[in-house]
Amino acid sequence: MRRLLALTITLVAVLGMAVPGAGRAADAARDELVIGITQFPSTLHPNIDSMVAKSYVLGMTQRPFTADDHDWQLACFLCTGLPTFENGLAVREPLPEGVEGHGERDGVALTYTIQPGATWGDGTPVTTADVLFTYEVGKHSQSGISNAELYRRILGIDVIDAKTFVVHADRITFDYNGLGDFRVLPAHLERPIFEQDPATYRNRTLFDTDPTNPGLWFGPYRITEVASGSHIALEPNPTWWGSKPHFKRIVVKVIENTSALEANLLSGAIDMIAGELGLTLDQALAFEQRNGQQFRVHYQPGLLYEHVDVNLDNPILADLRVRKALMLGLDRQAMSEQLFQGHQPVADTKISELDWVYNPDVTRYSEDLEAAGALLDEAGWTDIRDGIRHDAAGEPLQLELMTTAGNRTRELVAQVLQSQWRRLGIDIRIRNEPARVFFGQTLDERRFTGLAMFAWSSMPEHVPRTIMHSEEIPTAANQWAGQNYGGYVNPEVDQLIDKIEIELDRDKRKAMWHRLQEIYAEELPALPLYFRADAHIWPKWLDGIRPTGHMQPSTLWVEQWGAGTG
Amino acid sequence: MLRYLSHRLLEAAVVLLGMSFLIYLLLGLMPGDPIDLMASGDPNITSADLARLKAVYGLDRPLLERYGHWLHGALTGDFGYSRLYALPVTELMAPRLGNTALLMGASFALALVLALPAGVLAAVRQRSWLDYGLNLFAFAGISLPSFWLALLMILLFAVTLGWLPAGGVHAVGDDSLGNRALHLVLPVLTLTLLTVGGMLRFTRSAMIETLRADYIRTARAKGLGPRGVVLGHALRNAMIPVVTILALNFGTLFSGSMVVETMFAYQGMGKMIYDAIIGNDFNLALVGLLFATLLTLLSNLGADVVYAWLDPRISYVD
Repeated sequence: MRRLLALTITLVAVLGMAVPGAGRAADAARDELVIGITQFPSTLHPNIDSMVAKSYVLGMTQRPFTADDHDWQLACFLCTGLPTFENGLAVREPLPEGVEGHGERDGVALTYTIQPGATWGDGTPVTTADVLFTYEVGKHSQSGISNAELYRRILGIDVIDAKTFVVHADRITFDYNGLGDFRVLPAHLERPIFEQDPATYRNRTLFDTDPTNPGLWFGPYRITEVASGSHIALEPNPTWWGSKPHFKRIVVKVIENTSALEANLLSGAIDMIAGELGLTLDQALAFEQRNGQQFRVHYQPGLLYEHVDVNLDNPILADLRVRKALMLGLDRQAMSEQLFQGHQPVADTKISELDWVYNPDVTRYSEDLEAAGALLDEAGWTDIRDGIRHDAAGEPLQLELMTTAGNRTRELVAQVLQSQWRRLGIDIRIRNEPARVFFGQTLDERRFTGLAMFAWSSMPEHVPRTIMHSEEIPTAANQWAGQNYGGYVNPEVDQLIDKIEIELDRDKRKAMWHRLQEIYAEELPALPLYFRADAHIWPKWLDGIRPTGHMQPSTLWVEQWGAGTG
Repeated sequence: MLRYLSHRLLEAAVVLLGMSFLIYLLLGLMPGDPIDLMASGDPNITSADLARLKAVYGLDRPLLERYGHWLHGALTGDFGYSRLYALPVTELMAPRLGNTALLMGASFALALVLALPAGVLAAVRQRSWLDYGLNLFAFAGISLPSFWLALLMILLFAVTLGWLPAGGVHAVGDDSLGNRALHLVLPVLTLTLLTVGGMLRFTRSAMIETLRADYIRTARAKGLGPRGVVLGHALRNAMIPVVTILALNFGTLFSGSMVVETMFAYQGMGKMIYDAIIGNDFNLALVGLLFATLLTLLSNLGADVVYAWLDPRISYVD
């Protein structure tokens, strides 16, 4: 036994000496970057499924035709110029007979030209043949494309030459010239697979069966290694037409547990943690306190709108005075300061102040317990027994608050809300559920009885049709389709949503957006809390990363990243 | 014996079939489906798209029909596709199975090598300082939360000392045996520390019980030395209950490895099953859970065979 013990100690010591610094040496040549994220992409096919991890990786390997840039303006990435009515590349045209809306509205013809240097990694140019193939896949009902709305709106595509094509769309919306969800596919590789059987194409696509095929990628980098669930390695793509990227290799490593992710960063196994899929804000704040000298922590406010949905079928919450009292009973500024050190700005409506359509002149709710109490009195909740308000019938002012179990921040916020509302005499019962139950059933089928706290992801000037239009209330009759979980109905809001979508004049549109926010703040279909911020953790030597705050990942500008002297 | 084994294997097949139905049913009854999860993260997806995708993935069909379809495929060797990884389930499982087998096998063997002699020693020197020390070690191992121990190991060996890698199966671009072994050290050590305590305690109790038996007293009365009594008579008999526990422990290791695999970003079966359940990946979760069932059945069958070897009075011959 003594021998065994001695042997073990010796073995550990020898191993320790044999592998000094098994992690990556801090002073290694900075031509490799290892990024830690918490999620592995479920597929690398650009148009199947939508998840942040996939956008993050594909940001380095492909380019969308159009996307919002750092200034939140629509810009061309794969195309040479945005078609507009002013430059003549967008032209109104009547809808053909047989198309819904014929005779009632116009469609639009949009001319795009593909970047002349755009070439797949195997040397094949990116051409209009790829555009036509992508359209064919997008249109096919069995192909498994997740967001087919764009393809439904496209009536046809005319090819002018190998690099120029015209898209005929069935309506003119304010974002008529965006082709963000149209991610071009390599026809020379994917067409034979698709044509063999479109229904099983999603299982046989080369993006998942042979992701290191250079012909699949045309961005600054191409994928050279995929270890499912573990990591994806990328190397510069020799056919990339833009400026040459700095790093000779980028590895995206997946470590799902955020504590382990942090430990990996400290051990040097990874260089940075991506804010798009990294530490929660409270973890990042604690990390900064401990290790702020070694790393740069950047907080990027974004569009993730954390709020409390209100079930308006509940007679207590149907009363606007109660909803207003709930808002006046909260000190959201103090909450943001105490829990997030002020990095998550308080929300007035679902529109962030970073968005150009933001209205600063809406009703704002600061903590005012007296006014809140008066509103509750007015609503009939006057009898206070054991600190809880009751109405004339003796019913207690009791509400259920639900959120996702296991999300530490939300659970903490739920407790703060509970204690703040308790001061008004409102009895809040917290009932949290695992995310899959909460999102998959409770919200979807409107099974929450009172309040439900969660976040909406959004985009610049994102029209809230699915969450505010009265046609989007999930019911058994419509098979629980729609995301207006609160059951909010306001004909003026419906009209505004319909009009905003098709108004091209920015000033007019802005006025409508302002009105929409006024109504939101006044009627409170949901209780706004704050906008979430992403915490990016970078080594001091890393330059050039500029997170956007919207849905486009920072990797879309990966060729601008470099190793400085920090 | 052969007939007994065939009978048990047939029983296992029936249990697996029953379990496949039960698991499929339970997974199907869980709220939400993969498309619902997709919708919660995509502000652009329309109701029409959701309905179309449910039809494409067959999620609009009755549960029994879907099970029948899956079973038909499984019997012909097609276990379906993983939705989380967009790969055939079998293709996805093979490397993970190897990783987990390596992790579990190594930690099980190491725990066995440490726990058996330590348990025997603690029993023989009952109420000595050695016994107290080993018991303390055992209880520490049993009570430590696995995620905390794993984190502690990472912080000590990867962050502070920098001796070992913090996680992964191998370094990117270095798939050598040595590199793989290096990445295995911390997960194996953690899993071993978590399991060795229980094994040690069971061995100790079984040995104490056996050492009190009449035949041990007789052996001592006959003048047999302490080594001969312990190794020749007590150990073999004490092993019968220990083997039962070890067989059950083997199945537990499978779930225990999930936390360790997650903390060390080690691509194994435990983590894969967990991810599949959370991510609504029906096919992957089902096959993974069936495999865990198979493993438990086989380890129990193995234990039965070992009983016969340990105790000649136990016979499976008709």
